[in-house]
Amino acid sequence: MYRYDEFDHTFVRERVAEFRSQVERRLSGDLTEDQFKPLRLMNGVYLQLHAYMLRVAIPYGTLSPRQLHALADIADKYDKGYGHLTTRQNIQFNWPALVDIPDLLDDLANVEMHAIQTSGNCIRNVTTDQYAGAAADEIEDPRPWCEIIRQWSTLHPEFSFLPRKFKIAVNASESDRAAFKFHYIGLRLQKNDAGKTGFEVIVGGGLGRTPYVGMTIREFLPPEHLLSYLEAVLRVYNERGRRDNLYKARIKILVNAMGLEAFREAVEEEWLRLKDRAIDLPEEERARIAAYFSPPSLLSKSLPSKALSEIEPAKEEAGARFQQWRKANTVAHKAPGHRIVNISLKPVGGAPGDVTSEQMRLIAGLGEDFSHGEVRTTHEQNFCLPHVHESNLYAVYTALDVAGLATPNIGLASDIIACPGLDYCNLANTRSIPIAQRIAKRVAARGDEEKIGELKIKISGCINACGHHHVGHIGILGVDKKGEEFYQITLGGSAAEDAAIGEIVGRGLSSAEVVDAVERLIDFYTHNKTGDERFLDAYRRLGADAFKEAIYANA
Amino acid sequence: MKIITGNRLSDGRVVYFSAAGQWSVDMGSAQRLHDGETETVLAAAQSLVHEIADAYLMDADPVNPSDNAPKDDMVSQIKPAGRTHIRETIRAAGPTVRPDLGRQAKNP
Repeated sequence: MYRYDEFDHTFVRERVAEFRSQVERRLSGDLTEDQFKPLRLMNGVYLQLHAYMLRVAIPYGTLSPRQLHALADIADKYDKGYGHLTTRQNIQFNWPALVDIPDLLDDLANVEMHAIQTSGNCIRNVTTDQYAGAAADEIEDPRPWCEIIRQWSTLHPEFSFLPRKFKIAVNASESDRAAFKFHYIGLRLQKNDAGKTGFEVIVGGGLGRTPYVGMTIREFLPPEHLLSYLEAVLRVYNERGRRDNLYKARIKILVNAMGLEAFREAVEEEWLRLKDRAIDLPEEERARIAAYFSPPSLLSKSLPSKALSEIEPAKEEAGARFQQWRKANTVAHKAPGHRIVNISLKPVGGAPGDVTSEQMRLIAGLGEDFSHGEVRTTHEQNFCLPHVHESNLYAVYTALDVAGLATPNIGLASDIIACPGLDYCNLANTRSIPIAQRIAKRVAARGDEEKIGELKIKISGCINACGHHHVGHIGILGVDKKGEEFYQITLGGSAAEDAAIGEIVGRGLSSAEVVDAVERLIDFYTHNKTGDERFLDAYRRLGADAFKEAIYANA
Repeated sequence: MKIITGNRLSDGRVVYFSAAGQWSVDMGSAQRLHDGETETVLAAAQSLVHEIADAYLMDADPVNPSDNAPKDDMVSQIKPAGRTHIRETIRAAGPTVRPDLGRQAKNP
């Protein structure tokens, strides 16, 4: 993974010192809150319902065990012993005191981490496939490109005060595990007919109050022109994007107002001016950065090769649970004899994405011992160990199980994305986490989650859509109705390669009604599916009206 | 009836503006405000810029004895009211999903 050079170390330390001074000036009253707020936001510090919240950047979701240990120590030293994974692969701490945050940031800097550009109207953490470098269906590891974009965009003088925040995702597989079509710029690595690798460039996607699936602005961009092309897109947006209306300021609004063709022409015109001005990286610099992401020598940490049947537990029940976990939570690796292990942060009744300091330390240890020193965070609020040898799977499973981290539900109904909602968030209208907990308990009580199969449920506590409800197979949006919590259901959304925005199917449901409605949807699906048909495919086949009837039966 | 609430500057903790002109973590000590006096008191509260990150008015009601609130409950004398009553109840107590955290916890 990428390691800081002297410039990076100095830059981050100086930034912490600068923020320390800003905090001191605020505490002494030299700065007003209005003056201080944009400064703290530039350093990832929000003020939420109960306390400050610090969002720490995890570039493209890649962590070293040392970094994860440091995050665990920070959770204990400055917070309340836990953190929360976000849908941008970052981690949030919900309780730090402002007076402690400069010291906290110094501790982060010790392990080459920071909170810069995790807030504000700038280019945010670049996200990617959590299986990068390991996925069997990958064209190449997308993380060198993410790192190149990170370096280019960090404190970019032209793009530090955009009309609104800006999100970029890179995907390098046929499967979309980065939701790149719902990003402001989505980049898909692909090979053209001549076998050359390049980017499909998608613009104008996004969720929030006005969701759009992104549109292809360029079918094939030679990778050596990535930065100049990104710069052209950002420049057109920065110059023409609206600043008079917060809700109309994102690039998706501009693209749709101009029309894709007009936006493309403007970008291409700008790009022609830019592309020969040495913005793009020379090949040797790209290769230098790519070298940080060289694949691990996968044989070095493997136990002597054994047939899986030899290392499975003798007891039948334990064996069955292990096999269930292996099927649900691990996926094929590009290297024979290895698996990618997903670590579910969705225990039944837990808060989606929450992880205790002790769990962080355990995961860090497993990453060190069994995954070649790599741990990943996912945009679906889970962890992932990308390189685990088959012979080590049972040891990993056993350790995770003891720590409550082996719930076999990846991609299933209880693997719910939920925003912090009104339990923590200053913007939320309703709570999200309790709905997720109740749905997970209901599904667990049925005992047929594996049989239900892939079902993506996503919950947002307000229209800002941090819980990605628009792209849930079942989406749930919390709305305030005269001071009471109601929930609007959408159906048929998808953040994957079959991207779609869910359809609103009727009136909002009370907190008491919504879990029953979700169960009726599941019942309707299980009674009407054909063969191995997924919930989403059954919805697309049968249509909204049929499912709507199920929602409102008895409601 | 309205009271003034905000988040303490140093640590973000939820506080209420008392009749003594000070910020307190105890909602029960908040100054009860009625029409005609809210803006003046809010301005006084907001003037303590080195103590408070933000300050705003919220609706509140006196607790009716029939509400059966425990005597040692921190909202035993006042409770949030109006459209934001859920939000303000959560702010006062802590996350509903973590009863071990916030003012609701015995040892927060």
